[in-house]
Amino acid sequence: MAESITVDARGLSCPQPVVETKKAIERSACSEIYVLVDTMTSVMNVTRYAKSQGWTAQYDKMPEGGFKITLRK
Amino acid sequence: MFQALNRALMSRKGPILTGIAVGILAPLLTFWGNPGNMGICVACFTRDIAGALGLHRGAVVQYIRPELAGFILGSFISSLIYREYKPRTGSSPIVRFFLGFFAMIGALVFLGCPWRAYIRLSAGDLNAIPGILGLTIGVAIGIAFLWRGFSLGRNYPAKKPLGYIMPLAAITLIAFVLLRPSFGPEGSSAIFFSEKGPGSMAAPVALSLAAGLLIGWLAQRSRFCTVGALRDLIMFKDFHLFNGIIAFVIAAFVTNLLLGQFKLGFEGQPIAHTNVLWNALGMVLSGLAFTLAGGCPGRQFIMSGEGDGDAAVFILGMLFGAATAHNFSLASSGTGPGAFGPAATIIGIMFCLSVGFLMREKI
Repeated sequence: MAESITVDARGLSCPQPVVETKKAIERSACSEIYVLVDTMTSVMNVTRYAKSQGWTAQYDKMPEGGFKITLRK
Repeated sequence: MFQALNRALMSRKGPILTGIAVGILAPLLTFWGNPGNMGICVACFTRDIAGALGLHRGAVVQYIRPELAGFILGSFISSLIYREYKPRTGSSPIVRFFLGFFAMIGALVFLGCPWRAYIRLSAGDLNAIPGILGLTIGVAIGIAFLWRGFSLGRNYPAKKPLGYIMPLAAITLIAFVLLRPSFGPEGSSAIFFSEKGPGSMAAPVALSLAAGLLIGWLAQRSRFCTVGALRDLIMFKDFHLFNGIIAFVIAAFVTNLLLGQFKLGFEGQPIAHTNVLWNALGMVLSGLAFTLAGGCPGRQFIMSGEGDGDAAVFILGMLFGAATAHNFSLASSGTGPGAFGPAATIIGIMFCLSVGFLMREKI
Protein backbone atom coordinates (compact mmCIF):
# COMPACT_ATOMS: atom_id res chain seq x y z
CA MET A 1 0.00 0.00 0.00
CA ALA A 2 1.14 3.50 -0.80
CA GLU A 3 2.52 5.38 2.16
CA SER A 4 0.84 8.60 1.25
CA ILE A 5 -1.94 9.84 -0.97
CA THR A 6 -2.53 13.19 -2.57
CA VAL A 7 -5.89 14.92 -2.80
CA ASP A 8 -6.02 17.62 -5.45
CA ALA A 9 -8.69 20.02 -4.24
CA ARG A 10 -7.47 23.03 -6.19
CA GLY A 11 -10.21 25.23 -7.61
CA LEU A 12 -13.04 23.54 -5.73
CA SER A 13 -15.71 25.61 -3.97
CA CYS A 14 -16.32 25.42 -0.22
CA PRO A 15 -16.71 22.93 1.38
CA GLN A 16 -15.48 20.43 -1.21
CA PRO A 17 -11.78 20.53 -0.19
CA VAL A 18 -12.86 19.50 3.32
CA VAL A 19 -15.25 16.83 1.96
CA GLU A 20 -12.44 15.32 -0.12
CA THR A 21 -10.06 15.46 2.85
CA LYS A 22 -12.64 13.70 5.02
CA LYS A 23 -13.06 10.96 2.42
CA ALA A 24 -9.30 10.49 2.19
CA ILE A 25 -8.94 10.28 5.97
CA GLU A 26 -11.76 7.75 6.25
CA ARG A 27 -10.93 5.56 3.27
CA SER A 28 -7.20 5.31 3.30
CA ALA A 29 -4.95 3.57 5.74
CA CYS A 30 -2.12 5.99 5.03
CA SER A 31 -0.55 7.93 7.83
CA GLU A 32 0.29 10.79 5.51
CA ILE A 33 -2.06 12.72 3.23
CA TYR A 34 -1.19 15.64 1.00
CA VAL A 35 -3.97 18.05 0.12
CA LEU A 36 -3.42 20.58 -2.65
CA VAL A 37 -5.54 23.73 -2.43
CA ASP A 38 -5.28 27.19 -3.93
CA THR A 39 -6.66 29.60 -1.34
CA MET A 40 -5.73 30.40 2.23
CA THR A 41 -9.40 29.86 3.10
CA SER A 42 -9.14 26.23 2.04
CA VAL A 43 -5.85 25.83 3.92
CA MET A 44 -7.55 26.97 7.11
CA ASN A 45 -10.69 24.88 6.56
CA VAL A 46 -8.80 21.67 5.79
CA THR A 47 -6.36 22.25 8.65
CA ARG A 48 -9.18 22.89 11.13
CA TYR A 49 -10.99 19.73 10.05
CA ALA A 50 -7.87 17.55 10.11
CA LYS A 51 -6.92 18.76 13.58
CA SER A 52 -10.43 18.00 14.83
CA GLN A 53 -9.84 14.42 13.66
CA GLY A 54 -6.56 14.11 15.53
CA TRP A 55 -4.20 14.73 12.62
CA THR A 56 -1.40 17.26 12.51
CA ALA A 57 -1.31 19.68 9.64
CA GLN A 58 1.26 21.98 8.13
CA TYR A 59 1.29 23.76 4.82
CA ASP A 60 3.83 25.01 2.31
CA LYS A 61 3.50 27.38 -0.60
CA MET A 62 3.94 25.65 -3.94
CA PRO A 63 6.20 27.29 -6.52
CA GLU A 64 3.46 27.18 -9.18
CA GLY A 65 0.96 28.85 -6.80
CA GLY A 66 -1.40 27.40 -4.25
CA PHE A 67 -0.57 25.41 -1.14
CA LYS A 68 0.36 21.87 -0.24
CA ILE A 69 -1.02 20.79 3.11
CA THR A 70 0.66 17.83 4.77
CA LEU A 71 -1.53 15.87 7.16
CA ARG A 72 -0.01 13.28 9.48
CA LYS A 73 -1.67 10.98 11.94
CA MET B 1 -2.36 47.14 16.07
CA PHE B 2 -3.43 46.15 12.57
CA GLN B 3 -1.30 43.02 12.81
CA ALA B 4 -2.91 42.01 16.09
CA LEU B 5 -6.37 42.64 14.63
CA ASN B 6 -5.49 40.63 11.55
CA ARG B 7 -4.26 37.72 13.65
CA ALA B 8 -7.50 37.81 15.64
CA LEU B 9 -9.58 37.89 12.47
CA MET B 10 -7.72 34.89 11.06
CA SER B 11 -8.21 32.96 14.32
CA ARG B 12 -11.25 31.31 15.87
CA LYS B 13 -12.31 34.76 17.05
CA GLY B 14 -12.56 36.09 13.48
CA PRO B 15 -16.15 35.18 12.64
CA ILE B 16 -17.22 36.24 16.15
CA LEU B 17 -15.61 39.69 15.80
CA THR B 18 -17.17 40.09 12.36
CA GLY B 19 -20.55 38.94 13.66
CA ILE B 20 -20.41 41.50 16.47
CA ALA B 21 -19.48 44.27 14.02
CA VAL B 22 -22.33 43.37 11.63
CA GLY B 23 -24.71 42.94 14.57
CA ILE B 24 -23.96 46.46 15.80
CA LEU B 25 -23.76 48.17 12.41
CA ALA B 26 -26.93 46.73 10.85
CA PRO B 27 -29.36 48.10 13.46
CA LEU B 28 -27.36 51.36 13.52
CA LEU B 29 -27.77 51.74 9.76
CA THR B 30 -31.54 51.38 10.24
CA PHE B 31 -31.30 53.97 13.02
CA TRP B 32 -29.41 56.26 10.61
CA GLY B 33 -32.08 55.90 7.93
CA ASN B 34 -32.08 52.48 6.26
CA PRO B 35 -35.42 50.59 6.11
CA GLY B 36 -36.70 48.68 9.15
CA ASN B 37 -34.76 45.52 9.98
CA MET B 38 -32.88 46.13 6.74
CA GLY B 39 -29.74 47.82 7.98
CA ILE B 40 -27.93 45.37 5.77
CA CYS B 41 -29.71 42.92 3.50
CA VAL B 42 -27.62 41.68 0.64
CA ALA B 43 -30.62 40.46 -1.37
CA CYS B 44 -32.80 43.53 -0.74
CA PHE B 45 -29.93 45.87 -1.56
CA THR B 46 -29.12 44.05 -4.79
CA ARG B 47 -32.81 44.38 -5.64
CA ASP B 48 -32.71 48.13 -4.90
CA ILE B 49 -29.67 48.51 -7.16
CA ALA B 50 -31.48 46.60 -9.94
CA GLY B 51 -34.33 49.07 -9.54
CA ALA B 52 -32.10 52.14 -9.53
CA LEU B 53 -30.51 50.92 -12.77
CA GLY B 54 -33.99 50.61 -14.28
CA LEU B 55 -33.90 46.82 -14.57
CA HIS B 56 -37.28 46.66 -12.81
CA ARG B 57 -40.12 49.12 -12.23
CA GLY B 58 -40.76 48.60 -8.52
CA ALA B 59 -40.93 52.34 -7.81
CA VAL B 60 -40.57 51.89 -4.05
CA VAL B 61 -37.40 49.76 -4.18
CA GLN B 62 -34.91 51.77 -6.22
CA TYR B 63 -31.69 53.02 -4.69
CA ILE B 64 -27.97 52.51 -5.24
CA ARG B 65 -26.95 50.93 -1.93
CA PRO B 66 -23.37 51.99 -1.10
CA GLU B 67 -23.04 49.16 1.46
CA LEU B 68 -22.69 46.55 -1.29
CA ALA B 69 -20.14 48.59 -3.23
CA GLY B 70 -18.30 48.81 0.10
CA PHE B 71 -18.38 45.03 0.52
CA ILE B 72 -16.64 44.54 -2.82
CA LEU B 73 -14.08 47.31 -2.32
CA GLY B 74 -13.36 46.43 1.32
CA SER B 75 -12.70 42.85 0.33
CA PHE B 76 -10.67 43.90 -2.72
CA ILE B 77 -8.39 46.19 -0.70
CA SER B 78 -8.00 43.65 2.10
CA SER B 79 -7.20 40.82 -0.29
CA LEU B 80 -4.59 43.00 -2.05
CA ILE B 81 -2.91 43.95 1.23
CA TYR B 82 -2.82 40.39 2.54
CA ARG B 83 -1.91 38.86 -0.82
CA GLU B 84 -5.12 36.92 -1.17
CA TYR B 85 -6.26 38.72 -4.32
CA LYS B 86 -6.52 35.81 -6.71
CA PRO B 87 -8.42 36.14 -9.99
CA ARG B 88 -10.09 32.85 -10.85
CA THR B 89 -13.05 31.62 -12.86
CA GLY B 90 -14.40 28.71 -14.88
CA SER B 91 -16.49 26.70 -12.41
CA SER B 92 -19.81 26.41 -14.28
CA PRO B 93 -20.51 30.15 -14.52
CA ILE B 94 -23.89 29.77 -16.24
CA VAL B 95 -25.13 27.38 -13.55
CA ARG B 96 -23.94 29.83 -10.89
CA PHE B 97 -25.78 32.64 -12.70
CA PHE B 98 -29.07 30.78 -12.33
CA LEU B 99 -28.32 29.68 -8.78
CA GLY B 100 -27.95 33.39 -8.02
CA PHE B 101 -31.13 34.09 -9.98
CA PHE B 102 -33.20 31.58 -8.00
CA ALA B 103 -31.52 32.36 -4.66
CA MET B 104 -32.78 35.91 -5.18
CA ILE B 105 -36.30 34.78 -6.14
CA GLY B 106 -36.47 32.74 -2.92
CA ALA B 107 -35.09 35.60 -0.85
CA LEU B 108 -37.69 38.01 -2.24
CA VAL B 109 -40.49 35.55 -1.43
CA PHE B 110 -39.27 35.53 2.19
CA LEU B 111 -38.29 39.22 1.99
CA GLY B 112 -34.68 38.98 2.95
CA CYS B 113 -31.44 37.10 2.56
CA PRO B 114 -29.99 35.03 5.43
CA TRP B 115 -28.36 38.19 6.84
CA ARG B 116 -31.74 39.88 7.08
CA ALA B 117 -33.36 36.72 8.45
CA TYR B 118 -31.02 36.93 11.44
CA ILE B 119 -31.52 40.70 11.74
CA ARG B 120 -35.29 40.24 11.69
CA LEU B 121 -35.01 37.58 14.39
CA SER B 122 -32.83 39.83 16.54
CA ALA B 123 -35.44 42.62 16.28
CA GLY B 124 -38.27 40.36 17.44
CA ASP B 125 -39.84 39.62 14.05
CA LEU B 126 -41.04 36.06 14.66
CA ASN B 127 -41.75 35.55 10.94
CA ALA B 128 -38.00 35.07 10.67
CA ILE B 129 -38.30 31.73 12.47
CA PRO B 130 -40.01 29.82 9.62
CA GLY B 131 -37.54 31.56 7.31
CA ILE B 132 -34.51 30.33 9.27
CA LEU B 133 -36.03 26.85 9.55
CA GLY B 134 -36.52 26.87 5.78
CA LEU B 135 -32.95 28.11 5.31
CA THR B 136 -31.67 25.23 7.45
CA ILE B 137 -33.68 22.71 5.43
CA GLY B 138 -32.36 24.19 2.18
CA VAL B 139 -28.78 23.97 3.47
CA ALA B 140 -29.40 20.37 4.63
CA ILE B 141 -30.63 19.37 1.16
CA GLY B 142 -27.54 21.00 -0.35
CA ILE B 143 -25.36 19.02 2.09
CA ALA B 144 -26.96 15.74 0.97
CA PHE B 145 -25.84 16.59 -2.57
CA LEU B 146 -22.34 17.52 -1.37
CA TRP B 147 -21.95 14.14 0.36
CA ARG B 148 -23.00 12.44 -2.88
CA GLY B 149 -20.22 14.17 -4.76
CA PHE B 150 -21.98 17.30 -6.03
CA SER B 151 -19.55 19.73 -7.65
CA LEU B 152 -19.73 22.60 -10.08
CA GLY B 153 -16.20 21.70 -11.11
CA ARG B 154 -12.91 23.48 -10.59
CA ASN B 155 -12.15 27.11 -11.17
CA TYR B 156 -8.82 28.06 -12.72
CA PRO B 157 -6.43 30.97 -12.22
CA ALA B 158 -7.27 33.91 -14.48
CA LYS B 159 -5.44 37.00 -15.67
CA LYS B 160 -5.05 39.75 -13.07
CA PRO B 161 -7.45 42.27 -14.69
CA LEU B 162 -10.40 39.88 -14.46
CA GLY B 163 -10.65 40.66 -10.78
CA TYR B 164 -10.70 44.43 -11.36
CA ILE B 165 -14.11 44.33 -13.02
CA MET B 166 -16.25 44.08 -9.88
CA PRO B 167 -14.29 46.74 -7.94
CA LEU B 168 -14.66 49.04 -10.96
CA ALA B 169 -18.39 48.30 -11.06
CA ALA B 170 -18.52 49.15 -7.35
CA ILE B 171 -16.75 52.48 -7.96
CA THR B 172 -19.22 53.22 -10.78
CA LEU B 173 -22.13 52.59 -8.41
CA ILE B 174 -20.61 54.94 -5.82
CA ALA B 175 -20.23 57.60 -8.52
CA PHE B 176 -23.89 57.11 -9.46
CA VAL B 177 -25.14 57.56 -5.92
CA LEU B 178 -22.93 60.61 -5.28
CA LEU B 179 -23.43 62.41 -8.60
CA ARG B 180 -26.99 61.20 -9.26
CA PRO B 181 -26.63 61.56 -13.03
CA SER B 182 -29.77 61.47 -15.14
CA PHE B 183 -29.75 59.60 -18.43
CA GLY B 184 -32.96 61.10 -19.79
CA PRO B 185 -36.03 63.16 -18.86
CA GLU B 186 -36.69 63.27 -15.12
CA GLY B 187 -38.54 60.21 -13.85
CA SER B 188 -38.46 58.30 -17.14
CA SER B 189 -34.82 57.24 -17.26
CA ALA B 190 -32.20 55.79 -14.94
CA ILE B 191 -30.77 56.41 -12.45
CA PHE B 192 -34.00 55.97 -10.44
CA PHE B 193 -34.24 56.88 -6.77
CA SER B 194 -37.44 55.95 -4.90
CA GLU B 195 -39.41 58.87 -3.50
CA LYS B 196 -41.40 56.72 -1.10
CA GLY B 197 -41.21 53.22 0.36
CA PRO B 198 -38.12 51.29 1.47
CA GLY B 199 -36.06 52.55 -1.48
CA SER B 200 -36.44 56.12 -0.22
CA MET B 201 -35.09 55.20 3.19
CA ALA B 202 -31.33 55.36 3.41
CA ALA B 203 -28.57 56.15 5.84
CA PRO B 204 -26.18 58.93 4.74
CA VAL B 205 -24.00 57.70 1.86
CA ALA B 206 -20.75 58.17 3.79
CA LEU B 207 -21.96 56.05 6.71
CA SER B 208 -23.35 53.33 4.44
CA LEU B 209 -20.15 53.18 2.45
CA ALA B 210 -17.93 53.18 5.54
CA ALA B 211 -19.96 50.35 7.10
CA GLY B 212 -19.77 48.39 3.85
CA LEU B 213 -16.01 48.86 3.56
CA LEU B 214 -15.44 47.81 7.17
CA ILE B 215 -17.64 44.72 6.88
CA GLY B 216 -16.06 43.86 3.52
CA TRP B 217 -12.65 44.00 5.16
CA LEU B 218 -13.64 42.01 8.26
CA ALA B 219 -15.52 39.36 6.29
CA GLN B 220 -12.65 38.93 3.84
CA ARG B 221 -10.22 38.29 6.67
CA SER B 222 -12.54 36.07 8.75
CA ARG B 223 -14.46 34.27 5.89
CA PHE B 224 -17.73 35.21 7.65
CA CYS B 225 -20.56 33.34 5.92
CA THR B 226 -24.16 32.97 7.06
CA VAL B 227 -24.80 29.84 4.99
CA GLY B 228 -21.39 28.24 5.51
CA ALA B 229 -22.08 28.58 9.24
CA LEU B 230 -25.08 26.24 9.11
CA ARG B 231 -23.40 24.00 6.55
CA ASP B 232 -20.19 23.42 8.54
CA LEU B 233 -22.15 22.94 11.74
CA ILE B 234 -24.33 20.22 10.21
CA MET B 235 -21.62 18.60 8.07
CA PHE B 236 -18.63 18.62 10.38
CA LYS B 237 -20.02 19.75 13.75
CA ASP B 238 -17.70 22.71 13.23
CA PHE B 239 -18.80 25.81 15.17
CA HIS B 240 -16.13 28.10 13.68
CA LEU B 241 -18.46 30.10 11.41
CA PHE B 242 -21.61 29.42 13.43
CA ASN B 243 -20.11 31.21 16.43
CA GLY B 244 -20.12 34.27 14.19
CA ILE B 245 -23.86 33.93 13.66
CA ILE B 246 -24.51 33.58 17.39
CA ALA B 247 -22.41 36.71 18.01
CA PHE B 248 -24.22 38.50 15.16
CA VAL B 249 -27.71 37.74 16.52
CA ILE B 250 -26.80 38.63 20.12
CA ALA B 251 -25.06 41.88 19.12
CA ALA B 252 -27.98 42.84 16.87
CA PHE B 253 -30.50 41.98 19.61
CA VAL B 254 -28.72 44.17 22.17
CA THR B 255 -28.24 47.03 19.70
CA ASN B 256 -31.88 46.90 18.58
CA LEU B 257 -32.98 46.90 22.21
CA LEU B 258 -30.80 49.93 23.02
CA LEU B 259 -32.04 51.81 19.96
CA GLY B 260 -35.70 51.03 20.71
CA GLN B 261 -36.03 48.98 17.53
CA PHE B 262 -37.03 45.70 19.18
CA LYS B 263 -40.66 44.66 18.73
CA LEU B 264 -41.73 41.09 19.44
CA GLY B 265 -44.47 39.50 17.35
CA PHE B 266 -45.66 38.33 13.95
CA GLU B 267 -47.94 41.23 12.94
CA GLY B 268 -46.97 44.68 11.73
CA GLN B 269 -43.27 43.95 11.32
CA PRO B 270 -41.37 46.19 8.89
CA ILE B 271 -41.20 44.87 5.31
CA ALA B 272 -42.37 41.37 6.22
CA HIS B 273 -45.41 39.16 5.69
CA THR B 274 -46.90 36.52 7.97
CA ASN B 275 -47.35 33.62 5.53
CA VAL B 276 -45.52 30.81 7.33
CA LEU B 277 -45.43 28.38 4.40
CA TRP B 278 -43.92 30.78 1.88
CA ASN B 279 -41.58 32.40 4.40
CA ALA B 280 -40.21 28.90 4.88
CA LEU B 281 -40.23 27.66 1.28
CA GLY B 282 -38.70 30.88 -0.05
CA MET B 283 -35.74 30.29 2.23
CA VAL B 284 -35.57 26.58 1.41
CA LEU B 285 -34.92 27.68 -2.17
CA SER B 286 -32.39 30.33 -1.12
CA GLY B 287 -30.57 28.06 1.32
CA LEU B 288 -30.27 25.31 -1.26
CA ALA B 289 -29.08 27.65 -4.02
CA PHE B 290 -26.51 29.35 -1.76
CA THR B 291 -25.20 26.00 -0.53
CA LEU B 292 -24.76 24.66 -4.05
CA ALA B 293 -22.93 27.88 -4.96
CA GLY B 294 -20.62 27.61 -1.94
CA GLY B 295 -21.68 30.59 0.16
CA CYS B 296 -24.25 33.15 1.26
CA PRO B 297 -24.86 36.33 -0.76
CA GLY B 298 -22.56 38.38 1.43
CA ARG B 299 -19.79 35.84 0.94
CA GLN B 300 -20.35 35.94 -2.84
CA PHE B 301 -19.76 39.72 -2.77
CA ILE B 302 -16.62 39.23 -0.69
CA MET B 303 -15.28 36.54 -3.01
CA SER B 304 -16.01 38.71 -6.04
CA GLY B 305 -13.80 41.38 -4.45
CA GLU B 306 -11.00 38.80 -4.07
CA GLY B 307 -11.15 38.19 -7.81
CA ASP B 308 -13.55 35.24 -7.98
CA GLY B 309 -15.21 35.68 -11.38
CA ASP B 310 -17.71 32.90 -10.68
CA ALA B 311 -18.96 34.67 -7.56
CA ALA B 312 -19.29 37.81 -9.71
CA VAL B 313 -21.46 35.88 -12.18
CA PHE B 314 -23.57 34.63 -9.26
CA ILE B 315 -24.11 38.27 -8.21
CA LEU B 316 -25.16 39.22 -11.75
CA GLY B 317 -27.61 36.31 -11.57
CA MET B 318 -28.95 37.79 -8.32
CA LEU B 319 -29.33 41.16 -10.05
CA PHE B 320 -31.26 39.56 -12.93
CA GLY B 321 -33.31 37.51 -10.46
CA ALA B 322 -34.26 40.67 -8.56
CA ALA B 323 -35.35 42.38 -11.76
CA THR B 324 -37.36 39.33 -12.78
CA ALA B 325 -38.94 39.02 -9.34
CA HIS B 326 -40.37 42.53 -9.60
CA ASN B 327 -41.19 42.50 -13.32
CA PHE B 328 -43.07 39.17 -13.07
CA SER B 329 -44.90 39.70 -9.73
CA LEU B 330 -42.82 37.10 -7.91
CA ALA B 331 -41.66 39.26 -5.01
CA SER B 332 -43.69 39.31 -1.81
CA SER B 333 -45.01 42.47 -0.19
CA GLY B 334 -46.19 43.28 3.31
CA THR B 335 -49.53 41.66 2.47
CA GLY B 336 -48.08 38.29 1.42
CA PRO B 337 -46.48 36.43 -1.47
CA GLY B 338 -46.67 37.91 -4.98
CA ALA B 339 -49.12 36.43 -7.51
CA PHE B 340 -46.54 34.13 -9.08
CA GLY B 341 -44.03 33.92 -6.22
CA PRO B 342 -45.07 30.46 -5.02
CA ALA B 343 -44.96 29.01 -8.55
CA ALA B 344 -41.52 30.54 -9.16
CA THR B 345 -40.30 29.14 -5.84
CA ILE B 346 -41.35 25.62 -6.87
CA ILE B 347 -39.66 26.04 -10.26
CA GLY B 348 -36.54 27.29 -8.50
CA ILE B 349 -36.45 24.34 -6.10
CA MET B 350 -36.86 21.97 -9.06
CA PHE B 351 -33.99 23.73 -10.86
CA CYS B 352 -31.71 23.46 -7.83
CA LEU B 353 -32.62 19.80 -7.23
CA SER B 354 -31.82 19.06 -10.88
CA VAL B 355 -28.46 20.81 -10.57
CA GLY B 356 -27.78 18.86 -7.37
CA PHE B 357 -28.63 15.50 -8.92
CA LEU B 358 -26.99 16.05 -12.30
CA MET B 359 -23.75 17.88 -11.49
CA ARG B 360 -21.44 15.38 -9.90
CA GLU B 361 -17.77 14.96 -10.28
CA LYS B 362 -15.34 12.25 -9.44
CA ILE B 363 -12.30 13.96 -7.99
